Amino acid sequence: MEARIGLRNTKSGIFKGIIIFFAFLITLPLIIILLYIIKQGAGQVNWHFLTHVPAPVGEIGGGIANALLGSFIMVLIASVIAIPVGMLAGIYLSENPKTKLAYYSGLCVDILQGVPSIVVGIVVYFWIVKPLGTFSALSGSVALAIMMLPIVIRSTEQTLKLLPDSLKEAALSLGVPYHRVILKVIIPCGFAGILSGIMLSIARIIGETAPLLFTAFGNPYLSISVTKPMESLPHLIFTYATSPYDDWHNLAWGASFILLMFVLVLNIVTKVITRKWKVQL
Amino acid sequence: MESTIVKAENYNSFFGTHQVVKDVNISIKRNEVIAVMGPSGCGKTTFLRGINRMHELIPGATSNGKILLDGQNVYDMNAIYVRYKIGMVFQRPNPFPNLSIYENVIAGYLLNGLKVSKADKDVIVEKSLTSAALWKEVKDSLHKKGTFLSGGQQQRLCIARAIAMEPELILFDEPTSALDPISTSSVEALFHELKAKYTLIIVTHNMQQAARVSDKTAFFYMGELVEFDDTKQMFTNPTDQRTQNYITGRFS
Repeated sequence: MEARIGLRNTKSGIFKGIIIFFAFLITLPLIIILLYIIKQGAGQVNWHFLTHVPAPVGEIGGGIANALLGSFIMVLIASVIAIPVGMLAGIYLSENPKTKLAYYSGLCVDILQGVPSIVVGIVVYFWIVKPLGTFSALSGSVALAIMMLPIVIRSTEQTLKLLPDSLKEAALSLGVPYHRVILKVIIPCGFAGILSGIMLSIARIIGETAPLLFTAFGNPYLSISVTKPMESLPHLIFTYATSPYDDWHNLAWGASFILLMFVLVLNIVTKVITRKWKVQL
Repeated sequence: MESTIVKAENYNSFFGTHQVVKDVNISIKRNEVIAVMGPSGCGKTTFLRGINRMHELIPGATSNGKILLDGQNVYDMNAIYVRYKIGMVFQRPNPFPNLSIYENVIAGYLLNGLKVSKADKDVIVEKSLTSAALWKEVKDSLHKKGTFLSGGQQQRLCIARAIAMEPELILFDEPTSALDPISTSSVEALFHELKAKYTLIIVTHNMQQAARVSDKTAFFYMGELVEFDDTKQMFTNPTDQRTQNYITGRFS
């Protein structure tokens, strides 16, 4: 019997060792990607890189200003579209979980989340680009907004569902009308969670290339017109990394570094915010 | 006539088709403490929530009959106005976690978007917290979040929040069932003081509490109001056999 116990302990020890090993292993891909991108890209980044548009082939220098600005503008417009719509839909889903509408609309959200981003791009192409006759930043923003929606909806819904009913009752029993209960109590109490969902959705779409291929298209010049084609970071990386020129490859590495850093910082900030602003229930 | 504040006439409530409160008739006088007791599931909480129209917020919940507040049927009034006029304190303390103690007290004004001057707010906060026997404990931390307080303090904060709206009637739904004995006694002590200005209806499944704090007791059983009488009378010489059985602990 005593020997058996020893054997059992050994097995437990081995099992524990295995799961620790894999928990450790999954941090490796990120670390390797990070190190690689930093090695290749960090050296490219300087003030000139951030403030100039790409140089033509053969010329020294050039930067990614057009893509930085383009990504910023398109993510901003996408957020303006997706955040209010997503939050309102999320509020409905959390408030009325048992209705038919909630069931089907929740189902649609799940399916939408699974729609390949390239398909979203094609659809928006037929919706907006074709009728308008031109690639545009606006169509790119709409494609990104569609990608953002399910994340905002689900994170809003899940955050608000965790709030106890007693909170709502407290407000209602004071004669507070429903819309003010939602706006003044429910949303403020779930604010950290909703915000973190929004930030994660931004981190998710900032790197999307496929929906932009036939919507925003790309633009080697600095443009702020939303009805004209516009460059974005992932699209610039795609174009320049697949080009045959070494200068352009370096540009793509630099842009990858910026993009990765942005996503990394956004994720870290989100974690900090959720911890700091979380309302203690 | 004038001393009656709440009167229920043939009041019924339902969850779907399940009738929870059956044909209740009761008349409650001003400045009394009423205990509503009965075994779990007897409809006492549902009845209480019918008075300020909180019952109907639950999907599928309906009611009929009349509940008169100062002679006016609350079901003919705007539900929001009814809830605004009647204070309510819940089973679990539920201060707003996003608001400070100060803001929690005047939450009824803040959340309704009512304009109140800073000076008036200060007065309301101090008065309400004093009435809720909490002022001394929190006066130096008014701007801390209400959720840092102990359970009993939180519950008294919720009472202060109800008092701040200057209701005539305050409903308590098992207000001490989530509290420890010391917090419970601090809240119970409060009932005696509140009686001077307000009418209190307290749902409790704690018989000792009903006996300790109330002037009159209503006993609910299986959705019916079995007996409503002076508390002393009720506990010493109940007229209904079911009340007798409940009080002597034959069922609970």
